Amino acid sequence: MWLSNRFNPPRAIIFEGSGMALLEQITLALQGGDTDGITELLKEALADKMKPGDILNSGLIAGMNIVGEKYKQHEIFLPEVMLAARAMHVAMDILKPLFMKDDVPALGRVVIGTVQGDIHDIGKNLVAIMLKGAGFEVIDLGNDVPPETFIETAVEKQAKVIGMSALLTTTMPVMKKVIEQLKERGLDGRIKTIIGGAPISDEFARRIGADAYGYDSVQAIDCIKKLVAES
Amino acid sequence: MREVLGFRVDEIVPSRRDTLALQGISAGKEISRNILELYDGAVRLFMECARPAGIVAEISKDDFEAIYEGEGLNEPSTPVADIFRKADNLALFAATIGRGVHDRINALFGNKDFALAGMLDAAASAGVERAADRVEEYFLDNVVSGKMRVVRYSPGYCGWHVSGQKKLFEYLKPEKIGIILRPSCLMEPLKSVSGVLMGGKPEIHFFSDRYPFCSICETHSCRERIESLRRSIHVAEQQVQSTSSNNL
Repeated sequence: MWLSNRFNPPRAIIFEGSGMALLEQITLALQGGDTDGITELLKEALADKMKPGDILNSGLIAGMNIVGEKYKQHEIFLPEVMLAARAMHVAMDILKPLFMKDDVPALGRVVIGTVQGDIHDIGKNLVAIMLKGAGFEVIDLGNDVPPETFIETAVEKQAKVIGMSALLTTTMPVMKKVIEQLKERGLDGRIKTIIGGAPISDEFARRIGADAYGYDSVQAIDCIKKLVAES
Repeated sequence: MREVLGFRVDEIVPSRRDTLALQGISAGKEISRNILELYDGAVRLFMECARPAGIVAEISKDDFEAIYEGEGLNEPSTPVADIFRKADNLALFAATIGRGVHDRINALFGNKDFALAGMLDAAASAGVERAADRVEEYFLDNVVSGKMRVVRYSPGYCGWHVSGQKKLFEYLKPEKIGIILRPSCLMEPLKSVSGVLMGGKPEIHFFSDRYPFCSICETHSCRERIESLRRSIHVAEQQVQSTSSNNL
């Protein structure tokens, strides 16, 4: 196994002094999962009267997009994505109170959970973390979630997407039940579905009529972005 | 033979290779210092929180057949059904690393320490397999003849329906080591494994992954296992040849 220090990119000191430089530094700090650095940079940006929406979109989300791309290109691995996600969450804790004043809308609302009979939730948690990092509002129903709960929650909260996860082949049929019940209630066009988990495949997703299949947490975010854009 | 087994945590330390593989990082990949530090941190927490234990109970083929039948939900044809009659020894087993690691993973997630939580989860998954390895070794050393091999199979995999856990638990009683079965047939603590150990000639475990349910399997881990058995036979044969040559 090789050891590399290619991660933890250095802060872009050369850009210091301009708004663009700060955003660039925020992006870099996020990519390196540098929570202390990002906290300092956000304080600096806010003191400079930078808009929270600009910090979010041009600094943080831009940074997470780069992280997602690097992951897809196999330049970095899941733990590094999670380090960046943590930095994103730390940043959001600082920015969130300001969004209420600024009214920056979320990309969309997603209901997510591990299906009934299954209590494996690590994959689902990763997708939820990434979704929040990408700017979505996430309603996490936890694990062992009955089909009705997915649908009732999505209707009540006006969610655009239901995300379902399963690790056991024996619990995969619950996903089909959710999709069937959405169709029975005439909600299948309005509420999109995405499924994922170790035993799930693209072919299975197509067979049960899911709108998308997320191979991993990063790809799931891309799929959900598309589903929201279509809805 | 029915035994409750205790192990030291240092007997089941998850390897870096296995842990990182569960994070999607295969051997030989270039990894960053951040990842190494996360692995080291996860192993430290694992050592602190894991309380490994195992239980193993020999079982006759007829008794196992009734347990394997479970709730009648197995696939029509499975490797387990094809192999167990050919085995010399069978035992039901369960192994766990206890509840502490799971609680720590949840606490880390709650604290937004996602990367370490994910790495500890992977380490825990690898660690519980090591615990099952220890149970398997105990069975091999104490029950199975030296030339035989032991392979384990679990409900929920390879066509053995997860509902088979109910009868397995009734017979084995893993509650003695703190494992309970939820109504959905999943175990608590989550990082636990259970199943059957089958001891016999290595060849009995050879099969092609062409059962209908193999098409939805993402891992095909049976291939690696069978290949490992083939290698072990080859090594054993070479040792015999070498000994014969030396004796001449």
